[in-house]
Amino acid sequence: MPMTIAEKILAAHCDRERVAPGELIEARLDFVFANDITGPMAFRVFKEAGGERVFDPQRVAMIPDHFVPNKDIASAVQAKELREFALAQQLPYYFEVGRMGIEHVLLPEQGLVLPGEVIIGADSHTCTYGALGAFATGVGSTDLGAALVTGKTWFRVPESIRFVYRGEPGEWVGGKDLILYTIGRIGVDGARYKAMEFTGPLIERLPMNERFTMSNMAIEAGAKVGIIAPDAVTEAYVSGRAKRAYTFYRSDGDAAYAAVHEWDLSGLEPQVACPHLPENVKGVSELRQVRIDQSVIGSCTNGRLEDLRVAASLLKGRKVAPHVRCIVIPGTPEVCRQALDEGLYQIFMDAEAVVSTPTCGPCLGGYMGILAAGERAVSTTNRNFVGRMGHVESEVYLASPAVAAASAVAGRIAHPNDI
Amino acid sequence: MRSDMRLRGTVWKFGNDVDTDAIIPARYLNTSDPQALARHCMEDADPAFVGKMKPGDIILAGKNFGCGSSREHAPVAIKGAGVAVVIAESFARIFYRNAFNIGLPILESAPAAAEIGEGHDVEVDIETGAIIDHTTGNRFQATAIPPFMQELLAAGGLVAYVRRQRQKAAAQSH
Ligand code: SF4
Repeated sequence: MPMTIAEKILAAHCDRERVAPGELIEARLDFVFANDITGPMAFRVFKEAGGERVFDPQRVAMIPDHFVPNKDIASAVQAKELREFALAQQLPYYFEVGRMGIEHVLLPEQGLVLPGEVIIGADSHTCTYGALGAFATGVGSTDLGAALVTGKTWFRVPESIRFVYRGEPGEWVGGKDLILYTIGRIGVDGARYKAMEFTGPLIERLPMNERFTMSNMAIEAGAKVGIIAPDAVTEAYVSGRAKRAYTFYRSDGDAAYAAVHEWDLSGLEPQVACPHLPENVKGVSELRQVRIDQSVIGSCTNGRLEDLRVAASLLKGRKVAPHVRCIVIPGTPEVCRQALDEGLYQIFMDAEAVVSTPTCGPCLGGYMGILAAGERAVSTTNRNFVGRMGHVESEVYLASPAVAAASAVAGRIAHPNDI
Repeated sequence: MRSDMRLRGTVWKFGNDVDTDAIIPARYLNTSDPQALARHCMEDADPAFVGKMKPGDIILAGKNFGCGSSREHAPVAIKGAGVAVVIAESFARIFYRNAFNIGLPILESAPAAAEIGEGHDVEVDIETGAIIDHTTGNRFQATAIPPFMQELLAAGGLVAYVRRQRQKAAAQSH
């Protein structure tokens, strides 16, 4: 029986020849992790469920990235709980401030999440690793706490939706624009409970960082996972950093899909999601009159080195508009180091942008760039819900690093060619 | 029928795509204490909600309730506030999973979500999925809860389920 990549990975993790959508299975987990917000709740579950040692310390990570370096006393308490659990369990993959990065940028970079694996994290953007050809999905703290004990979790095998991207999009269009376009087309519950599978000539050409950006936002369409079949691009990324052996799976040509969307994106312009849902997507040229107060370049969606390079290429020799705060947040210490080596920090500082330590920070309205009532941000992050970046009367427009950087200079939403 | 599976309360109505940032804003996520979270339940969707609802009341919503973040703080805040059950046209998957795991009853019914009005007096049977709107006399049948989820609910949530599985395994190995 033909299977999709999602079905093949799940079958391999419950020792079955095949699984079909709708079946409930118990799958072995290759890697599990939590952060400073979801970890403490998971540890309580771990203890209540009778946990003493985690199922395998080599397959567990704890990453304080949301409110760290500690934003206040309560956050410090949560970070301390994470640290103490990691110490008590002797976890090799606990990332202290200085080694810490945003989880979904850090774990692939460290070779800790790999093609063909089943991964759960107590964070909804765990779906990012679908870009590597993994079955990776977010869960709550209770699921995570239980998985820390057993190394397994249950899944309902999802139906898959196949997306095929073709054509020659316009200038400055990349993975962020493709995924925003997709969510705009199918809506924030368009793939609810399903596996999204991104395919076609445009995906094959996409560099690894933009694939991560796409899979990262699968959850914004309600999906369980957003998978891209691994290929030579994937191999070039994982070889040399992989901490374990890995497997490439591909969907069978005649696999069954709940739906197939085939789109010719010729001439597509950069996309922007307007407040207050990621599905409110428009072409950037329709929004040129929207004045902004802040531009955020970072997050698990777009905090990788290539994202900073694009932003720097537009900020070079220019200044951030006088009424705008431009906040650049590299995803990991490695991204910081390389950005420093390449002279990107100099460009950002000359442009009068500010560069932060790696953190989730403003992405979820934590700190480092909270919006006041009536303020408006362009952000390379993934959610623009009411109050997501601060006051309930503030607004977030989601866009690519190119649009965010151009907008910072223009002081309004701008196409990169406008500046 | 177990009496704790029958619930009756006043309905508070919300729209489509209520996200977890609306249910419990991230600015309150520096704690995981259920009572502290409950004080801000639904705050960014309706700041007056906690002040006006009573324990045992019911949340009714449209499609995709609980979309967004994986924060279990969302169902915990709702349960902590004393909401007895959430009825929606559909739920986002992580929220759905979390709700069962922590023992917050949820039911899916598109007709109920569309037809029951704010303030109605509604009775729900969690076990059978029967929903009665006493204000209008209308009856609805929610989607059946999958057998495995019923097992989870019967065990008292995932923690108790895992503990029981482990005890069984330990007993077998002795
Ligand atoms: S950067 Fe934003 S979306 Fe990504 S893990 Fe952090 S808070 Fe979540």
